[in-house]
Amino acid sequence: MSEKEFPYPLKSPEDLVKEDFKHVGYLNLPQQEMIQGTGISNLKDAWLRFCKNKGALVGLIIILIILFWAIIGPMISGYRYDLVHKGWNNLPPKMPALSFLFDGTERGVDIYAKIGVEQNFWFGTDELGRDLFTRVWEGTRVSFIIAFVAVIIDMLFGVTYGMISGYFGGVVDMVMQRILEIINGIPNLVVVTLFVLVFKPGMLTIILSLMITGWINMSRVVRSQVLKYKEQEFVLAAKVLGANGFMILLKEVLPNILGQMIVMTMFSIPNAIFYEAFLAFVGLGLREPFASLGSLINKGYNSMLTHMHLLLFPVIVLALLMLCFNLIADGLRDAFDPKMKGF
Amino acid sequence: MVKYVLKRLFWALVTVLLILFILFLLLEFMPGSPFNEEKLTVDQIRILKEHYGLDKPFFEKFWIFLVNATKGDFGISYNLQKNMKVSQIVMPRLWVSVRLGLQAIGLGSVMGVILGVISGSNQNNWKDSVATIMAVVGVSIPSFVFALTLSFLLGYKIPIFSMIYQANHPFASTILPTISLSLFTMAQVTRFLRTELVEVMDSEYIRLATVKGLSRIKILFKHGFRNALISVVTIFGPLVVNVLTGSLVIEKIFSIPGIGGLLVLAIQSSDYNIIVMVTFIYSVLYIAVNLLVDVLYGVIDPRIRVSKGA
Amino acid sequence: MSEKNYYLPPQRILEVHNLTLSFQLYNGVNHVIRDVSFHLDKGETLAIVGESGSGKSVTTKAILGLIDENGRIERGEILFRVSDDEVLDLTKCDLDTFQKKIRGSKIAIIFQDPMTALNPTMPVGKQIMEGMLEHGKVKSKAEAKRRSLALLEEVGIDQPNKRFKQYPHQLSGGMRQRVVIAIALACEPDLLIADEPTTALDVTIQAQILDLIKDIQKRLNISIIFITHDLGVVANMADRVAVMYAGKIVEEGLADEVFYAPVHPYTWGLLSSLPSIKGTDRHIYSIPGSPPNLIFPPQGDAFAYRSEYALVADFESDPPMFEVSKTHKAATWLLDKRAPKLKMPHLLKERIEAMKKEHGSHE
Repeated sequence: MSEKEFPYPLKSPEDLVKEDFKHVGYLNLPQQEMIQGTGISNLKDAWLRFCKNKGALVGLIIILIILFWAIIGPMISGYRYDLVHKGWNNLPPKMPALSFLFDGTERGVDIYAKIGVEQNFWFGTDELGRDLFTRVWEGTRVSFIIAFVAVIIDMLFGVTYGMISGYFGGVVDMVMQRILEIINGIPNLVVVTLFVLVFKPGMLTIILSLMITGWINMSRVVRSQVLKYKEQEFVLAAKVLGANGFMILLKEVLPNILGQMIVMTMFSIPNAIFYEAFLAFVGLGLREPFASLGSLINKGYNSMLTHMHLLLFPVIVLALLMLCFNLIADGLRDAFDPKMKGF
Repeated sequence: MVKYVLKRLFWALVTVLLILFILFLLLEFMPGSPFNEEKLTVDQIRILKEHYGLDKPFFEKFWIFLVNATKGDFGISYNLQKNMKVSQIVMPRLWVSVRLGLQAIGLGSVMGVILGVISGSNQNNWKDSVATIMAVVGVSIPSFVFALTLSFLLGYKIPIFSMIYQANHPFASTILPTISLSLFTMAQVTRFLRTELVEVMDSEYIRLATVKGLSRIKILFKHGFRNALISVVTIFGPLVVNVLTGSLVIEKIFSIPGIGGLLVLAIQSSDYNIIVMVTFIYSVLYIAVNLLVDVLYGVIDPRIRVSKGA
Repeated sequence: MSEKNYYLPPQRILEVHNLTLSFQLYNGVNHVIRDVSFHLDKGETLAIVGESGSGKSVTTKAILGLIDENGRIERGEILFRVSDDEVLDLTKCDLDTFQKKIRGSKIAIIFQDPMTALNPTMPVGKQIMEGMLEHGKVKSKAEAKRRSLALLEEVGIDQPNKRFKQYPHQLSGGMRQRVVIAIALACEPDLLIADEPTTALDVTIQAQILDLIKDIQKRLNISIIFITHDLGVVANMADRVAVMYAGKIVEEGLADEVFYAPVHPYTWGLLSSLPSIKGTDRHIYSIPGSPPNLIFPPQGDAFAYRSEYALVADFESDPPMFEVSKTHKAATWLLDKRAPKLKMPHLLKERIEAMKKEHGSHE
């Protein structure tokens, strides 16, 4: 915008003279002296709004810290997660930096001195003398892996299902939607339980079972978008010219639902983490000697009254993970569309 | 309306049938069949199979299974309580669970509605913030984490409540489990009601109620709250699922003799008939609640009530 | 609430003095109403005409105290006669006073869109009764029901007994607007604000609703502020007309004065852009450009930027209100004695002559 000098000075009515009453007609002068800043893109806009949300930002920071420890923790601890050490079992936590909280004592007795352990176990040890610090961060890794793999698969699944259903329409669409309705009619819990029951408990099984139900919302959104774009002229025109309509739709639809996809994905992360922890807690998760937050909590719960630390650390990490991912998801939802409601 | 209900009923039935079929397949092809672990001769297994009707053709077996299932007969327990009828094990426990579930949903909804109204009618001040934070925490924290915390703090450190279930005090000893289970319901209802209320309060008819000169309380409750609450009914399907899921771990933690805890035990000991029956009950409960919610929504919302009747 | 005693002449119901109102937006302060003054007598109909964004709706919202949280009345007063010996400045009233003394009972409003204005989950009869019961206009529910049924009949709804129990979505748009009018009349207000009451309706129904409002005005002798962007609509509705542009009143006068002897170039533009009833005009005139963004109000006369009649002075200084007659005022430097005698467009002149003749033949 070129800044032209406004041709007329501001005058008070008394200062007007005869010359000021010259007829000039329609001049097409700019009505505003200032023009607002250039438009910001949707994503950037959403990001700015996200950053204004304190809760979401705190959540993001905590997640990053947890992620950092999940990566670094097992490396720097000096112990393997499955290293059994007889005699060091159930040591209470001892953190020199936080010695007023965790000084290696249990009911007033300094266990470390009693047994004669030189090392400091920050989170203590479990009943087999394994370092809990290493195991908790190993378990956190599991949660992160489950979350991200599940998210990627469910996005692929949802997008594909929705695209096919919407693109082909007709009988295909009808059948696919009926199937969806039926799957939706079965409670998640039942699906996951049966799946884990039939296959061997393990990471892959849990991911697969999440795949069965996690993508339904996504596919619905994609389908409705495809239906909307399918009839638009440029898609039809491209088809007539022999272009691959499917690819065009993909290119048109994806940018439009990117925001919703990100938000939905963020909501399915805590969901996936929860189901893994839940299954592990019930005893259908990863098997020993592997650690997951759920199985650690399950173990800790059994000796909750004698060795509280076994429960405390995995519970804190899991609770923080769930809370922060939810905060981020909430923040993203508000950022992308303040009016969008929960799904 | 009738047509709509019938259509919904039909699809609910199809879903139930499908679930029964999956469960039947599960029984058929489970790697660990109930007789594998025992040291039985081929002949003995054959006799046993004949006895339980396991040697018949596939579809005949499914038919028998179906007929029995509708009668509530899911065979006998193989491991947990040998040779006892599954229904005899499950049914008494079902009522304990249903009771706990209803308590939790009841408490959660009441709390949720209260918090939702507080939060929705005091937008962006401290009351709203407190309610919103409670809601986010409630949605995020897994029920078993919350249950463990409660049981440690209020059952052990400050022993106000019982840590485990006592059959002679079915209410007092389920206070902690009820609170733990209701957390998610409370949080969801709060969040949903707040969003709805904010949207409703911004609508034109609230403005009309305002310019009629009605009092703030009347505007909030007779016009705002009423309309927002109607849509809250729709989230009860997901809420029931959560209570079902939660009941598994909550019953385990508080040693409650319900079907959730039973399912966990049955899974751990591969007692398939029990698994099948409990999963079946869960599915039917879920489907029934969803059906009920949709019909109820149609009944209480005049917009839908009329358009469907027409 | 201030205890100061305000004065209004006895026949007067409302006086707005130098009302200046702005909204705080994320990218600046939006000066939506700039120094607006007008008055309204008992039983009189004032039409406020202007494009969307000219501030006409916000003015009425200010009268009802319905300004959003980010809005601020910077200057001015709105004097309203509550009773023969009580006059309030509505810019200083608190919410409680508004609910108890003003809204519904003394000032009522008809919104633009009847489709969203009614509570979808409450029978319409109940929605009419509510106000009467709240303000103690009736002694019992039975009486409220009787009066509501009478009102329904009065606003031209057939089978009132049946309609009384129905929900809004069971009624057509026109019927809903009649219900909204019935709600507005429930407490026999002194002032009725009609905020584009026909914009959202079908053309055929528009005329019916206008007739109804006119009819009610005659029968109940209430004062009406009629907001519209359509000069054609107000022609036979209003006693007086105020034309608003960019948050200011640019011309104000008796309906005849504004219609047959307009002096402001903006009014000329508005009248010229009316489609002719006979459809003989070759083209419909449209005003060039668009209204200004009031976050940065333009210097001088805001309309000069779109006017073929702009003077240098228009860009240099705000024109004051010049009196054309006792009842007719306009804010344009064209009325200054030093200004060249510019005449309204020829086409418009012809049109007005034709209208006068037509109108005369009707009398």
